[in-house]
Amino acid sequence: MTDMTATTEAAPRRRLSLHTLGPVMALIALVILGASLNSNFLGAANLTNVLARSAFIGIIAVGMTFVITGGGIDLSVGSMAAFVAGVMILAMNALIPSLGIGVPLIAAGMAVALLAGLAAGLLNGVLIAKVGIEPFIVTLGAMGIYRSLTTWLADGGTLSLDFAARSFYRPVYYDGILGVAWPIIVFALVAIVGEIAMRKTPFGRHCAALGANEQVAKYSAVKVDRVRMATYVLLGGLVGLATIMYVPRLGSASGSTGVLWELEAIAAVIIGGTVLKGGFGRVWGTVVGVLILSLIDNILNLASIVSPYLNGTIQGVIVILAVVLQRQGKSAE
Amino acid sequence: MNRRTLFKGAALGLALTATPALAQETMTIGVAIPSATHGFMGGLNYHAQASIERLEATYPQLDFVLATAGDAGKMVNDIEDMVATRNIDALVVLPFESEPLTAPVQFVKEQGIWVTVVDRGLSVEGIEDLYVAGDNPGFGRTAGEYFAENLGEGDNIVVLRGIPTTLDNERVDAFTAVIEGSGINVLDMQHGNWNRDDAFNVMQDFLSKYDDIDAVWAADDDMAIGVLEAISQADRNEEMWVVGGAGMKEIIARIRDGDPMLPVNVTYPPAQIATAIELTALGLVSDTPVSGRFIIGSQLVTPENAESFYFPDSPF
Repeated sequence: MTDMTATTEAAPRRRLSLHTLGPVMALIALVILGASLNSNFLGAANLTNVLARSAFIGIIAVGMTFVITGGGIDLSVGSMAAFVAGVMILAMNALIPSLGIGVPLIAAGMAVALLAGLAAGLLNGVLIAKVGIEPFIVTLGAMGIYRSLTTWLADGGTLSLDFAARSFYRPVYYDGILGVAWPIIVFALVAIVGEIAMRKTPFGRHCAALGANEQVAKYSAVKVDRVRMATYVLLGGLVGLATIMYVPRLGSASGSTGVLWELEAIAAVIIGGTVLKGGFGRVWGTVVGVLILSLIDNILNLASIVSPYLNGTIQGVIVILAVVLQRQGKSAE
Repeated sequence: MNRRTLFKGAALGLALTATPALAQETMTIGVAIPSATHGFMGGLNYHAQASIERLEATYPQLDFVLATAGDAGKMVNDIEDMVATRNIDALVVLPFESEPLTAPVQFVKEQGIWVTVVDRGLSVEGIEDLYVAGDNPGFGRTAGEYFAENLGEGDNIVVLRGIPTTLDNERVDAFTAVIEGSGINVLDMQHGNWNRDDAFNVMQDFLSKYDDIDAVWAADDDMAIGVLEAISQADRNEEMWVVGGAGMKEIIARIRDGDPMLPVNVTYPPAQIATAIELTALGLVSDTPVSGRFIIGSQLVTPENAESFYFPDSPF
C-alpha cells in the first residue's frame, strides 16, 4: 500500500518529463545527426526549404490535432487538398478574363479555396455529428470521392494555373518577410493560435472532454454535436489555407496531389503526443512531429547513407519508436 | 463463386450456340486499362478513347467495350465480365500488374479469344498473340547517349528515379551502362516516384547538397516540372539543364520554343494503346497479319522535330 502511493507520487513527474520531452529530444537528435552528416544542413536555404515544405502538412496537422483530440479521425484531408487545389485553379483560370491578372484574382482564388475547404469540412462534420455515421467511414468515403473528382476535373491529366497568373501568384510560396518564407509564417501563426485555442479556450477543453468521454461531456452541458462538427469545419478550413500556400509552388493539381498527406498528418499528431483515442491533445507536439517527419526525409536525401528503397522503412521505425517511447513514459505512471 | 462460374458456363454455352449466326455481323473488342490516376495514364485513357471513336466510325462491324480499373482485382473482374457478358472476340489489355493478371488472361486466351498485351508483359511467355510496348531500356539508353555526347570528363549529374519497379530498373540500368566510361560523375540517385511534389523535394535537397551540378536526368516529365521549379527557386537556372521523358505536351512545347534548360526529351508514348487497339482491329477486319511483337522506339525530341510530338488535345 505504501509502496503504491510512493510510486504514484513519484511517477507523474517522471512521466511528464519523458512524455513531454520525448519528441523534442528526438527532434534535437535529428538536427545534430543532420548537421554532422552534411555541412549544408543548417544552412538558411536548406532550413527554409524544409520548413516551407512542412507547412502544408503542418497546417493540416494542427487541425487534425483538434479532430483526434475530440475522438475523431479524418482520412480525407489529402484528397480534399487535391480537390480544393483543383477547384481553385479552375476558378482562377475562369476568372482571368473578368478580373485580369492581379491582386483581385489572387484574392478570389484564396476565397474559393477557403470556402471549398470549409464546405468540405462542414459536409464531413454534418455526416459525422448530425447523421451519426462513423468518422472513419465518412472520411474514408470522402477520400475516394475527392480523389476521383480531382482526376475527373483534370480529365486524367494535370490542372495547371494560367502561366501569367502563376508568375504573379508565385511569391506567396517563395517570398516572405525578412527572409522568412510566407508558408513558414502562416504555419507558425496557425500553430500559435492553435496552441492557445487548445489550452486556453472553452473550445479546446470541450474537444478534450468530448474525446475523453462523450456521455460525461454531454451531461456537463457541452454541446457535443456542435463541438464535433466544429473540429471538422476547422480542419477543412485549414486544408483550404494549406492549399492557398500549395498552389503557388508548382501551380498545378492532379490525381497524385496530396497522396498520403492524411497519414502523414495523423502520424505527426501521434508522434507529438496526442492520444489517438482522443481526450488529450497537444498542438506544439504536433508541430514537433511534423518537423521530425520532414527532417527524416531531408536527412536521408542529404546523406544517402542507405538504399533509397529503405527510406520508408526508416521513417516507419522512427514513427513507431517515438510512440513506444511515449507509451513507456506513460505506463510508468 | 459457384454462382459466378455457373453464370459464366451458361453465358459461354449461349455464346457458343449464338455466335455462328452473329459472328459475320459484329465483332467485339474488349479494352482493359488502368484508370486515369496520373498524367501518363490520363494520356493513355485519352488515346484509348480517341482510337475507339475513330475505329467505331470507320468499321461499323466493330464494337468496343472499354473498362478502366484502379487495381489488379477490379481489372480481373472487368475481363471476366467482358468474356461472360459481352462475348468479346479480342482483348486488348494493359495489365495493372503482371503477376495477378497472367492467369486470367491465359484463361481468356484458352477460350480462343485474340489477346493483345500492352506495355507491361505477363509473367508467362507466349500467351499473347500481339505484344505492343514502349522500349524501356531504349528510353534509358537514348537519354544516356544524349548525356554522354553533351557532357564531358568530370561533369556532374543527378538522377531522379521513378517508383521502384523493374521497369524503372531497366531504364536506369540502360542509362548507367551508356554513360559508363564517359567520365560523367553520377553524384546521386533518389526516387522521385514520377511525382511533381516528391521530385521538387528531392531536387531541393540535391541542390543543398551539391554545389556543382551540370545536368539532371529527371526521367519523367512530371518529375521534370518539380525539378525545374526547385532549380529556379535556388536561382541556379544558368548552371544546369534537365532531361525529362515521356513527352508531356507542356514540356514538348517548351522544347519547341527553344528553352535552354530543356534541350531535349525522350518519348515513351501513352499513344501506344492506340497502336495496340488499331492493330488488333486491323487483324479482325482484314487479312493483315498482326501477331508478334511491336516495340515502339524511344525517340529523341529536339527543337527541330518537337512539333510532330505535340498533341494539343491530349491531357498529357
